[in-house]
Amino acid sequence: MSDKDQPTPESEKNPDSPVVTDEPATDAPEVDPHDARGERSRSLLREITSGDALAGVLAVFLAIFVGSVMIAAIDEGVHETAGYLTARPSDFFAAVWEAISGAYSAMFRGAVFNYNLTEPAQQWRPLTETLKFAGPLILGGLGVGLAFRASLFNIGGRGQMLVAGGAAGWVGFQLDLPLVVHLPLAVLVGMAAGALWGGLAGLLKARTGAHEVIVTIMLNYVGYYLLFWALTKEWLLKTPGSVNPKSPPMKDSAVLPDVLGEQFNLHFGFVLALIAVGVAWWLLNRSTLGYRIRAVGQNPHAARASGINVGRTYTVVMMIAGSLLGLAGVNQVLGTVPSGVSLDLDAGIGFDAITVALLGRSRPLGILAAGLLFGAFKAGGFTMQASENISVDLVLVVQSLIVLFLAAPPLVRAIFRLPAQEAK
Amino acid sequence: MSTVTAQPTPDSGGLAPDTAVTPTRGAGARKLPIALGVLTALLAGILLRSSHAGDTTFQLAAESDFVTLPDIVVPSGPTAWVMVVICLALTAEAVRRMLAHLRQPGWIPIAFAIAWMTGFLSWAAADGRIRLVSLLGGAVALAIPLVFGALGGVLGERAGVVNIAIEGQLLLGAFAAAITASSTGSPWAGLVAAAVAGALVALILGLFAITYFVDQVIVGVVLNVLVVGLTNFMFRQVLTPNAETLNSPERLRAFPIPILGDIPLIGPILFRQTPLVYVLYAVVALVAYALYRTRWGLRVRAVGEHPKAADTVGIKVNRTRYRTILLAGAIAGLGGAYFSLVSVAGFNREMTGGAGYIALAAVIFGKWDPIRATLAALLFGFATNLQGVLSAIGSPVPSQFMLMLPYLVTIFAVAGLVGRSRPPAADGVPYRQQ
Amino acid sequence: MRLVLRGITKRFGSVVANDSISLTVEPGEIHCLLGENGAGKSTLMNVLYGLYKADEGEIELDGQVQHFTGPGDAMAAGIGMVHQHFMLIPVFTVAENVMLGNESTGFAGALDVDAARERVTEISDRFGFHVNPDALVEDLPVGVQQRVEIIKVLSRDAELLVFDEPTAVLTPQETDELMEIMRQLKEAGKAIVFITHKLREVRAVADRITVIRLGKVVGEAEPTASNAELASMMVGRPVELVVHKGEPKLGADALVVKDLRVTDLAGHAQVDGLTFTIRAGEVLCVAGVQGNGQTELTEALLGLQDDVSGSIKLDGLELVGRSTREILDAGVGFIPEDRQVDGLVPGFTIAENLMLNRSFKSPFVKNGSLRLGALREFAQKKLKEYDVRARDIDSLAANLSGGNQQKVVVARELSRDLRLLVAAQPTRGVDVGSIEFIHKQIVATRDSGIPVLVVSTELDEVVALADRIMVLYRGRVVGIVPADTPRETLGLMMTGERPKDLKDVVA
Repeated sequence: MSDKDQPTPESEKNPDSPVVTDEPATDAPEVDPHDARGERSRSLLREITSGDALAGVLAVFLAIFVGSVMIAAIDEGVHETAGYLTARPSDFFAAVWEAISGAYSAMFRGAVFNYNLTEPAQQWRPLTETLKFAGPLILGGLGVGLAFRASLFNIGGRGQMLVAGGAAGWVGFQLDLPLVVHLPLAVLVGMAAGALWGGLAGLLKARTGAHEVIVTIMLNYVGYYLLFWALTKEWLLKTPGSVNPKSPPMKDSAVLPDVLGEQFNLHFGFVLALIAVGVAWWLLNRSTLGYRIRAVGQNPHAARASGINVGRTYTVVMMIAGSLLGLAGVNQVLGTVPSGVSLDLDAGIGFDAITVALLGRSRPLGILAAGLLFGAFKAGGFTMQASENISVDLVLVVQSLIVLFLAAPPLVRAIFRLPAQEAK
Repeated sequence: MSTVTAQPTPDSGGLAPDTAVTPTRGAGARKLPIALGVLTALLAGILLRSSHAGDTTFQLAAESDFVTLPDIVVPSGPTAWVMVVICLALTAEAVRRMLAHLRQPGWIPIAFAIAWMTGFLSWAAADGRIRLVSLLGGAVALAIPLVFGALGGVLGERAGVVNIAIEGQLLLGAFAAAITASSTGSPWAGLVAAAVAGALVALILGLFAITYFVDQVIVGVVLNVLVVGLTNFMFRQVLTPNAETLNSPERLRAFPIPILGDIPLIGPILFRQTPLVYVLYAVVALVAYALYRTRWGLRVRAVGEHPKAADTVGIKVNRTRYRTILLAGAIAGLGGAYFSLVSVAGFNREMTGGAGYIALAAVIFGKWDPIRATLAALLFGFATNLQGVLSAIGSPVPSQFMLMLPYLVTIFAVAGLVGRSRPPAADGVPYRQQ
Repeated sequence: MRLVLRGITKRFGSVVANDSISLTVEPGEIHCLLGENGAGKSTLMNVLYGLYKADEGEIELDGQVQHFTGPGDAMAAGIGMVHQHFMLIPVFTVAENVMLGNESTGFAGALDVDAARERVTEISDRFGFHVNPDALVEDLPVGVQQRVEIIKVLSRDAELLVFDEPTAVLTPQETDELMEIMRQLKEAGKAIVFITHKLREVRAVADRITVIRLGKVVGEAEPTASNAELASMMVGRPVELVVHKGEPKLGADALVVKDLRVTDLAGHAQVDGLTFTIRAGEVLCVAGVQGNGQTELTEALLGLQDDVSGSIKLDGLELVGRSTREILDAGVGFIPEDRQVDGLVPGFTIAENLMLNRSFKSPFVKNGSLRLGALREFAQKKLKEYDVRARDIDSLAANLSGGNQQKVVVARELSRDLRLLVAAQPTRGVDVGSIEFIHKQIVATRDSGIPVLVVSTELDEVVALADRIMVLYRGRVVGIVPADTPRETLGLMMTGERPKDLKDVVA
């Protein structure tokens, strides 16, 4: 990922990546040995051969490899051929290859291009599915990533999505309004609810010092039971005469319109996600609020001593984060699943968003790319489950492994026996 | 990836309250009286809004006690009001102590809690029957995974490793217990497997958090996702097709302890449980003793408070942390066995349902102390069981709000409204040697 | 025990912290390691103590070559270290701290706390330390905490004791007591390494002096050497110990502080009724041992303390009750005592750091968005003007040396329209070249008619910069005295004692 578009150079650094030190200052060893890891020149070539970029690619490769092992391990054909492995190893390897290539080609058919079909529109349909899945992942990733930039860990995506989805859903089926009013209103109410739920964690941190990790985790469950309760009240979200905790479907005037016509599931939520990426990019890199968010995230003490209200920044950033995750919830309720609000409306996106933000390194464009990748995983995963009978949960495993490996480049380098970046 | 790899400074690492935002001060003395006052008003409000006529029966006895305790039958309304008066008196005492700048003794909240609960139950169960034994005994049973998880969390954090992965340890523990108990035919082997599984998750946590300095909270969260993915995958691909051989463990049955189990009230609550509960008692006692009274415990706490100081006196910081979290993981993993060997027989997708996060809540609410965390976990178990009991007798409180309680209490706790909790100083801060 | 270090070399990346250092310490002697901040003294001792691994060279104790893999080995070999930042666990008792890592246990691994308690009492009595083994360390005064560190070392039967900058946090009186303890230990036959950069202390106790500069041994000196001789060895060139400044051109009363009180979270008054005035064009230096209310005073001036009463008037404008932002906008410049914590955002570039306290209004902000062009231009200019040695304005602050980091802070603060400059420990951890530069800037600020408040725990700096000196002790003013007050008097005042014939000076 290039940082060319960023006005600030890599401002968060991996402690194990080479520290760029300035020209040897004349007052040289006046460097605290704890901080100093010496200066190194960072040439592009070195960056690629031994730097994080390679480690990143290898992290993805490693995770996919583990996924492949899992696919092979559960495959019937592989089991059979393993029985006579020593007699005819070629059979075994052929079976392994078949299982793995079958799985990944199914993923490709489900996520990008289905070459088994003939009509071009149908062939490319999987790509639109990928975008559909990517939309909320990008929105959620932005919500988590933005908070990361303020050094806040927003694990409350699930709660923020549920509360926002419930609120937007309430507007979506309880009110009768023309489309131009109804849809924006439902979206805004949803975002506001998400902002409230996120902002609560920020406010508590600002006022009492309560750690946002704990508060957001707990608010996930509070939000869940709140929605559960709302689904038992007719004046809120309950479907009259039904015992299922599910609301009535959304009115047509509150449903996000399709982008590419009726034959595709891709709806306006993805466009909202793209807009959000642009807004978040501007916010972080060009606005003063973003500057303050980054300052608070990197050194709240210095920010405070420079007249920045740290507590207010926490609250504001969590409100923005909550509204973005809220938008992800709205995307589900008014777009992907308009048949009614239910307790699983978050579809795991609240946690997926964390992996998206981490893979995207908390940068809007990175998050866009990570969201598209994981969206493709999801779309492909469902096809893989349907055609190859391999559980879509495999995607979750690969996804979390990517993030883990990515977070520890030295581990990846050790696995591949690459030279360590640092001569210790 | 700022948060993944940022090097936390001692005051910003882990879960300590942020020092850059100054907490509102001086609220400490006022908290208790205010909390008691609000709760008393709440109870009175409930009674005023809908008073129930009739009697409430508190059943104390279970079968085969030495002596059968009689039922206690009380008139609902009056009893509840008497309890309101007692609550009021306790609140007044707390206010008096606050004005006189005296310390608030521990018995006030405890007495208040009992009186409040009695009042609430006699109102909620008007014309009904509260079986104390099943209410409290059930609470203990439901608290099993929470206590195991919380002890695992306390141990890890006391050594300076934040463990958000309790949920993952419980889930993998449940999975391993089911599969091992089914294939070996022995639930005991299942328990061992659960412990090993928990330790395995801890090992990965350690690899990333201790050896590679990855942010511990992030590793924990991602590990939880990983375990969910892994167990879901295995459940669908392996367990479901082979349910007969791999997912039908023998259930751990209740095993009443002779004599102890026959003590009225206490016996049936504490000593007619499954063997896992007796293991739990032993683990709680051992952890509490070891942490405060042994060399091992002193070193674990030193490593969690000030790793560099520990290093300078020759303690291997990271080795100590590894050992501690492996043990902690094994304990948490044991708790996972509750789900697939005690609660039901067999594993199911995401069957821990967030218990790991409640355990985490208990760690914080219990102020990183094994005994207090155990009590907090029991309290949360009680809240959950109470919800079940109340909805069974048709109580007017929406069950969702009862289920919300542990989480709300924890938010209040970290916000300092229920006593400020101070985590170990180096909690969540990786230790780097030059 | 006789210690010989031979050719010790330690590198951090390409920075050579220790360059082939050789050293011999005999039993029964106090051997001083003298050097500037960052000369490599602490690194050397951390190598000796097994905390760092040397890249080259060997350590020999009583003729035996040692291979330490950690502090445990060093301790077992009889080396004890009294660390600059105490290695004590605040929530443990004295006995627990002393026994840690060296615990005696009874049945089932149970701790033998009584044995530890006895050991503490025994050592404490032997040296007259008066330490209660059951006190929590966090409740003890700094001086006593240091004694706990010493007890910890002695309880392990150390024969070679290393004191790493032990006096930084002590009052002059406590310092004297420590010197006495060191002499006692020497009498008892221990070998002592005393690391410091304070010339006075060296000459008071040292038997031998080794001077280190830029990671190398530059020579040995006798305790009889003069301050100027030692200083020039330390720095490598003749050093002017004075700052050249003219007579102050005093203006009207600019900063008027009346009855200022700052209370901390625990309810203790950290600043207790301060009243003083600074006139335009004057430097008032606040002297005192660290922790006597200086930090709280400067933070109160900047609106960073919550519980403040009294009055702070700057050119008639009341500052108490205003937010930090309002105070900064009113023209207060602030060089915080710890630039890493309060002064800089390490992950920001130099340019970004230069606008840290101007993120709300012009010149770098327009309608809520950043004016990056204006910022770059400004940063280029300041980089030159303040002689910040960095590749360019996009270098991260984290990668600058301490001196250059401090110059960035100074550049930021002095390039606004100031009405008051508050400089706390402006040259702490900064090389000599930068010290001279920063001192000149402070004097120039004063000469342009701006009132300046300098807080420093270094008496040399106080004397060099001050027009008047205010001595603080436990949050109160001991006295406000002229800059030419004798050091002995200042030292006495720093212990809270006020000479009888002392008269406060009003500028």
